[in-house]
Formats: sequence, structure tokens, C-alpha cells
Amino acid sequence: MSELEVVVTGGQEIWRGGESPYAIPSKKLGMWLFIVSDSITFGAVLFCYAYLRLASPDWPTPFRLASIENATIMTFVLLSSSVTMVAAVEAAKAGRIASSVRWLGATMLGGVIFDVLHIREWLGLIHEGLRLYHNDWGSSLFGAAFFTLTGLHMTHVTIGVIYLFIVATGFRRGKFTSDDVEISGLYWHFVDLVWMFIFPLVYLLSARIR
Amino acid sequence: MNATAERSEGPAGMSWFLKVWVVLLVLTAVEIFLAYEELPVHIMLILLMGLSLIKAAMIVAYFMHLRYERTSLAWTLVPATIFVLVMMCVFFSDSLRIVRLGLFLH
Repeated sequence: MSELEVVVTGGQEIWRGGESPYAIPSKKLGMWLFIVSDSITFGAVLFCYAYLRLASPDWPTPFRLASIENATIMTFVLLSSSVTMVAAVEAAKAGRIASSVRWLGATMLGGVIFDVLHIREWLGLIHEGLRLYHNDWGSSLFGAAFFTLTGLHMTHVTIGVIYLFIVATGFRRGKFTSDDVEISGLYWHFVDLVWMFIFPLVYLLSARIR
Repeated sequence: MNATAERSEGPAGMSWFLKVWVVLLVLTAVEIFLAYEELPVHIMLILLMGLSLIKAAMIVAYFMHLRYERTSLAWTLVPATIFVLVMMCVFFSDSLRIVRLGLFLH
């Protein structure tokens, strides 16, 4: 209602439509629409994983305490990198370019640490005999489901680090504005959000308790 | 609608984001605690995914700033996403049914 009133009082006709119904830059709307479509992609893969997990009585539980600790550190790193991303956006909005670029650097470091820990985890599981279509622990579907879900997420983190690097260098040179930093932040928080589902679904539901 | 339709400009700053961060870490700790309680797997799934949904909502509302955007943006994005995900759950079982249907058709 308020938009219509603004248009009418602005001396324009109602039927020409709103000037800017969401009051955000079009790039930001584009990123939001990408996030919606990407969350549906992840939704499908997460749903598939949850279905296989519940439908398979012999689903493997390969994650020992060391693996759970490793995944907990990964969660902590990714959550903290979201906070440094928020700090980067706040600094960018306040016009403190050098500070914003430093916070972006911290965020990228968080992403790289996450990737390194994740690859270490993968290599450990592969060393223990986990393959795409075979493992010694139980349902052979585990490998494909695990590598698809975590691999898709790891790709998103890696692309996020590259994206943030491009935005940080462009922002320092004045090629990008604070809006671009904020939009890259949306992507980074989304990657963090998806991990909030993968961590309990994959690791905590397959923890080896004994 | 009155002035509440236009959301306030931004949150109270970094201290607020740090509070959100602490709450997210606490919820994560609760999830890890639950992992070592030997509950039936479907109860675990519901509990863990419920907590994750709360965490996701907090990330979207505060970190992704959706709470402080105009309400029309949230109304455009959130119901559409939920609708598609729910429809996927509804029609997922058909993917199995159609394969079996083929055996009778031939």
C-alpha cells in the first residue's frame, strides 16, 4: 500500500507501476534470485541424502570423535568468517576501504582454512577405504551421497573465496562499490547457511558413538 | 499500512552481530550434544533439522540483512522457496512410482 501512496503523491499514475518495488540495486536482487535457485538445488541434494540416511538400515557411521572435532572446527571457522564478512560490509558502508579489504582478507582466510580441513577429512576417509560406489562399513550409497553433497558445498566455498578476492581487489582500486561488497557477502552467508544443514545431517547423524 | 511497512535502517552495529554469532555457536553446541545421545534416527533428524532451520533463519534475517530490507523482498523470496521445496517433497515419491508404472504399461 505504501508504495502506491508514494507513487500517487509523487504525481505519477498508479498504472505505470512501482519505480523500485524492493528499493535495492538490481545486482542485489539478481544475487537474491540466484540464492533462491541455489537453495533449491541444495534442498534437493539434502533431501536425497536425508531420505537415503533414513531408508538405509545399514547406513555407515564412519565419523569418529576426531572427525566430529574436525567438522566442529570447520563449522566454527565458517560461522566466524560470516562475522568477518559482516564487519567487511559495515566498514565498506562506512567508507573505510582499507579496513573493509582487511576484513575481506580474513573472510577469505576462513574459507581457505575450511577447504584445507575439509580436504584433509576427505583424504582420511578415502584412505580408510571410502569410494564413490564402495565402502567396507555398510550401504554402498554412502560414498556417492557424501561426496556429492560435501563436494558441491566445497565447490561453493572455493568459488566464494575467488569471488571475494575479485571483489576485494576491485573495491580497493575503486572499480567496485560498497554495494558489490554487500552482494558478495550475501553469497558468502548463503554458503555458511548451507553448511548449517550439512554438518548435522552428514556428520552428526553418522557419528560413531562406540 | 503505516510506517512499519518501511523497515528501520540497519541494526545496532557489530555488537548485535556478535550476539547473533554467539547464539549460532550455542545452537551448534546443542546439536553436537544431541549427536551423542542415542535417540532413534528419525527423532534425531527432526531435532537437528529443526535447530538448523532456526540457525538458517537467523543467518538470513541478520547476516544477510533481510529483516532490514523492505518487507516486499522477504515476501517475494521466502514463500516461493518454501513452496518449491515442499512441492519437491510431495512429488518426490512419484519418481519411484513412475518407474514401476512403466513395467505395467509395456
